[in-house]
Amino acid sequence: MSEHDTRVDAGAATSGADAATATPAVDAGSAVRPERRPRASTRRLLLTAAGLTVLAIAGTFLLDPYRNYQLALIAAYFCATAGLTLLIGLTGQLSLGHAALMAAGGYGYAITTNAATEAGIEGAARFGLGMLGAVAVSAALGLALGLAAARLRGPYLAGVTLVLVIALPAFAAVFAPVLGGDQGVRIAFDGVPEALRALIAVEQWQAWVAILVAAVCATALALVRHGRLGLRMRAGHGDETAARLAGVATGRVKVAAFAWSAVTAGAGGAVLCFVTQAVSPGAYTLAFSLLLVVAVVVGGLGSLGGAASGSAIIVLLPWAVGALTAALDLPADLGQRLNGNLAVLVFGAILIVVVAWRPAGLAGVARRAVDALARRRRPRSAAVPAGGPRPAASAPEPEASTEPEASTAPEASAPRTTEPTHIER
Amino acid sequence: MDRLLFLLATGLARGAVFALFALSLVLIWRAARIVNFAQGAMAVVACYVAFAATALSGSYWVGLAAAIAAGALTGFAVERGVMRFAPASAPLAGVIMAIGLVMVIQSALGIAFGPQARPMPAPFDTRPIVVGGVPVLSPYDLFVLLVALGVMAGLLVLFTRTSLGLQLRASALAPEVSRLLGVRVGRMLTIGWMLAAAVAGLAALLLVPTELGLTPHSADLLFVYAFTVAVVGGLDSPAGALIGGLVVGVVMTVVTGTLGATVAPIAVLVQLVTVLLVRPGGVFSAREVRAA
Repeated sequence: MSEHDTRVDAGAATSGADAATATPAVDAGSAVRPERRPRASTRRLLLTAAGLTVLAIAGTFLLDPYRNYQLALIAAYFCATAGLTLLIGLTGQLSLGHAALMAAGGYGYAITTNAATEAGIEGAARFGLGMLGAVAVSAALGLALGLAAARLRGPYLAGVTLVLVIALPAFAAVFAPVLGGDQGVRIAFDGVPEALRALIAVEQWQAWVAILVAAVCATALALVRHGRLGLRMRAGHGDETAARLAGVATGRVKVAAFAWSAVTAGAGGAVLCFVTQAVSPGAYTLAFSLLLVVAVVVGGLGSLGGAASGSAIIVLLPWAVGALTAALDLPADLGQRLNGNLAVLVFGAILIVVVAWRPAGLAGVARRAVDALARRRRPRSAAVPAGGPRPAASAPEPEASTEPEASTAPEASAPRTTEPTHIER
Repeated sequence: MDRLLFLLATGLARGAVFALFALSLVLIWRAARIVNFAQGAMAVVACYVAFAATALSGSYWVGLAAAIAAGALTGFAVERGVMRFAPASAPLAGVIMAIGLVMVIQSALGIAFGPQARPMPAPFDTRPIVVGGVPVLSPYDLFVLLVALGVMAGLLVLFTRTSLGLQLRASALAPEVSRLLGVRVGRMLTIGWMLAAAVAGLAALLLVPTELGLTPHSADLLFVYAFTVAVVGGLDSPAGALIGGLVVGVVMTVVTGTLGATVAPIAVLVQLVTVLLVRPGGVFSAREVRAA
């Protein structure tokens, strides 16, 4: 057990505390015994999260209303992609159906909110109740899916979740009295609270709410990844048999991972519902579900920072492409056909290229750049001890490529997996 | 009772096509250990080629031949141009690349042809024949059933009775040994993809006139059905694909006929989850565990 713990911890120590904490990955090779300071790094993580949140909220003052609306969308998508990136990156379970989980959260939020409105509850209490409803519904669905997922692998899970998204309109139609069929469920408008009304516009307020929810989700997920559960997810993904021998209940870990990612996806759906005042099956199509996958793959599987940048890309790129085609003054027919399709085409191509040539995504590129900077800044003699140019040079590889590449590049990750255990023996 | 008989008969015809499409998934799975999520999109490319060929020549049969050829070409292009670059040791990479391919193909078709459905008439009558006062199969359904069963029989002969089939099976089962024995494993992989894509194109084309219609997304549902069939039958088992296809086809047709088309995806989901939870190896698979 202890062997296993330390081996995975070597990875967790560096990649666990996001790209923001520039723990030089070079150290992972030389520092054989990783330091165990869970409390200190938890505090650091919380501080980082708080800092980033304040930064994002301050940023809303620089943006016009439409940009703030886009920011709210990005934050809502980030809730879902953050969970998805951990699920795929740390446990290797591919879900193509996270849009359905977002929809579950959205419906949970809408139904609870409407019930609260009827009961005469308003304001923050209503929002809180709605979020609780969203979390409850998406957690229930996530648990059910997770139970199935624990028994399935790769393509089977992908297929089941794919069918789930495709079946979403059918569910909405069959349970039309509750879910409202194709029309979906509408909720009452939630304006800016009295105290802030003079200060900010409604879009900015929505961006604030979205950012706060996303911050809570991302922080919770970062803590999960950082803690015991995260370790066990990695262990089970790296070598399921070994993990089981070491006493990790891999099935239970998978269910927990799925439930966590479902809850944050549900929170994202709730935020979307809050922003758009409606939830309908038309908003959670298969195409949207695949976009979430694009976001996490392009961002870099397993990286929260990557999920954030991926979410920004899936919101901003279609808008940029749309603006571009509008500016080109194309014939109406062609413009209509390009509208929407061109962005999907670009996303598909990016997805293929990233998987084939840059499996670590944006996070990998960023980490490599940081490593290169760190290496350049440090005097050469100190950075590379006598016998160690090779491990030092190859160490950034496995760090840069987060989890899934543990299997794509076994030779690259070999030093990390074997070294600590050898020394311990 | 009459209605049930009618549903059973049409269900068999649909099921045969599902089985054919599922068989194409099984072919690729056995050759490359990839569940090709792009199979539906690739088949739609073949259908658009068939549409263009039929429009140009005025003959359905030219279109049919063109679809098969285009399917094979698509398979070739996808294997050589995209899937060859999938990192071999990560099973998810292939799935994710296939999803990228779906997005590229569907949006490219959307840009080229627009979202509206193209009319694609059937070559035979689609009204059911009435036998003794009971409507049974339409001539077109009969044609579909015969073509699907014929192609499956042809594949069976190809794989069990020819040298090419032996090489295909050998390179799927033990690539290293086959290479030592002089089988061109890379070429066999490409041929496997071409074969599978051609079969998928044909299967999709058979369903386009009656139920799918021709849009960039028309094979999405067919893929979902076929995936279910492949899972029910066991991804490793061609015979399972046939039986699974017939079972799923009949179940889906009866469900659609009695409860309405909206429920169909839910029925698929229920079947899929039930089979995967109760018998993850597939109902008709002899294998113990599924190592995906």
